[in-house]
Amino acid sequence: MSTLRKPATWEKFFWPILAAALLLAIWHYSVIWTATKVFPSPLSVEKGLVELAHKHVLWADIIDSLRRVAIGFGLAAIVGIPFGLALGWFPSLHQIFNPVLQLLRPISPIAWIPVAIIFFGIGDKPATFLVFLGAFFPIVVACASGVSTVPSVYRRAGRNFGLSPAQILVRVVFPAALPQILIGLRIALGIAWLVVVAGEMIAVDSGLGFLVIDSRNSGKRYDLVVAAMLIIGVIGLALDLLFRQIEKIRSVRWGFRS
Amino acid sequence: MSTQASPPSTSGVKLQMDHVRKTFERDGKSISVLEDINLDVRNGEFICLVGPSGCGKSTMLNVMGGFLSPTSGSVAIDGETVQGPDPRRILVFQERGVFPWLTVEGNIGFGLSKLSDAERKQRTAHYVQLVRLQGFEHSYPSDLSGGMKQRLQVARALAVNPDILYLDEPFGALDSVTRFIMRGELLRIWQTERRTIIFVTHDIDEAVQLADRVVVLSSRPAKIQDVLTIDIEHPRNLSSPRYLELRDQLAQKIGLAYSV
Repeated sequence: MSTLRKPATWEKFFWPILAAALLLAIWHYSVIWTATKVFPSPLSVEKGLVELAHKHVLWADIIDSLRRVAIGFGLAAIVGIPFGLALGWFPSLHQIFNPVLQLLRPISPIAWIPVAIIFFGIGDKPATFLVFLGAFFPIVVACASGVSTVPSVYRRAGRNFGLSPAQILVRVVFPAALPQILIGLRIALGIAWLVVVAGEMIAVDSGLGFLVIDSRNSGKRYDLVVAAMLIIGVIGLALDLLFRQIEKIRSVRWGFRS
Repeated sequence: MSTQASPPSTSGVKLQMDHVRKTFERDGKSISVLEDINLDVRNGEFICLVGPSGCGKSTMLNVMGGFLSPTSGSVAIDGETVQGPDPRRILVFQERGVFPWLTVEGNIGFGLSKLSDAERKQRTAHYVQLVRLQGFEHSYPSDLSGGMKQRLQVARALAVNPDILYLDEPFGALDSVTRFIMRGELLRIWQTERRTIIFVTHDIDEAVQLADRVVVLSSRPAKIQDVLTIDIEHPRNLSSPRYLELRDQLAQKIGLAYSV
């Protein structure tokens, strides 16, 4: 297909909808052809969605998951942004902490679940802690690399205008690194949403992750399992779209390719 | 051989480079970039530094500006040794010098945070006018053309009222028509706001069109090869015999410099 031609408005909607419809059709007929008794068809999932929507627990679960993400991600940002900025700003600090950071970073937050339970027992806290861990490292890394890749021209201009090092950090380096910091925060938010579901499957008995595992455990309700999965997907997408609104702010837009 | 480049009259010397050497250490080897540079620049003078690419023009400018300290020798401004960058002399970069997160107004006012809001507004408005960016006060650099960005950078520099402007190939990234217009603009600004200007370029025409004196550097390690006085009044007629003569002379000198 030609990449130069601008797609017509109807095409922008038609093809994605067709792709989704095709996927649903494949799903639907696969269920029929295999005559599975376990896996739900799209129609039964839709009924499951309606059933969930009429239960009060669903809203409580959504709010619990969002709250854990908000607190865990918020703490990760509050601790991670200054820490990352400091690592980018002071090369000696980077040298000291980077090896430990790089060692801890590839450990999946899931692997921390037993440790989280030892630390915090069962409940809100271990799940929030896992979210914090998942979000913390990408934020730190984005801030550190954002600061250290600020073009030297900007710092030199700041020095030339007589700014102190602290002023250069606040008035030059931070705004220059902000687009990269925001990208890191966005990635971290995505990971936080992935991790909260996993954490809720084990460490706590509420939230969307719990809803998924509980629907399976209490009566093998796979229609509800898949319905809950879809809700998780939609909320994750909404969070991402919401966060992307920040990229439209004029003072950071220069850092994003439209 | 070192050429002492003194202006015709030694009164009103603004900047003085005295036996400046600069060597860089790289992989345990020391590379000499500037060798015994002696130069006196008069107050209000327009100096162009030309020379083969990579010869050390920018290094020389950075030493003058205090961004690099000389390995030996000294740079003095108004008789005072340069210790580091100073808002009294501003360096204008070739590219990416303006801050993309600030508006045109924000950029020009960047160095004016010590002033009151009213004063800053007034000063900013003046320099918006001077570089002809009216109507773009609230635009961001990403919405400006390359030439407008460089005018903005010059305005930001002038706003802090420096007595020296260092320009490091400021029009190097612009197309030839825009460059030509920008030279005219720079001359106009220089004539209205008399400042000392040190201008690095590799463009012979640019040097002859702008400078009072052109300092020709040799290839690395850079020495002052020659100093050419451009004795034509502004506005300069670019097809006058004298212009062409000086231009040829300069080309020849640079040719000589290349063969050193």
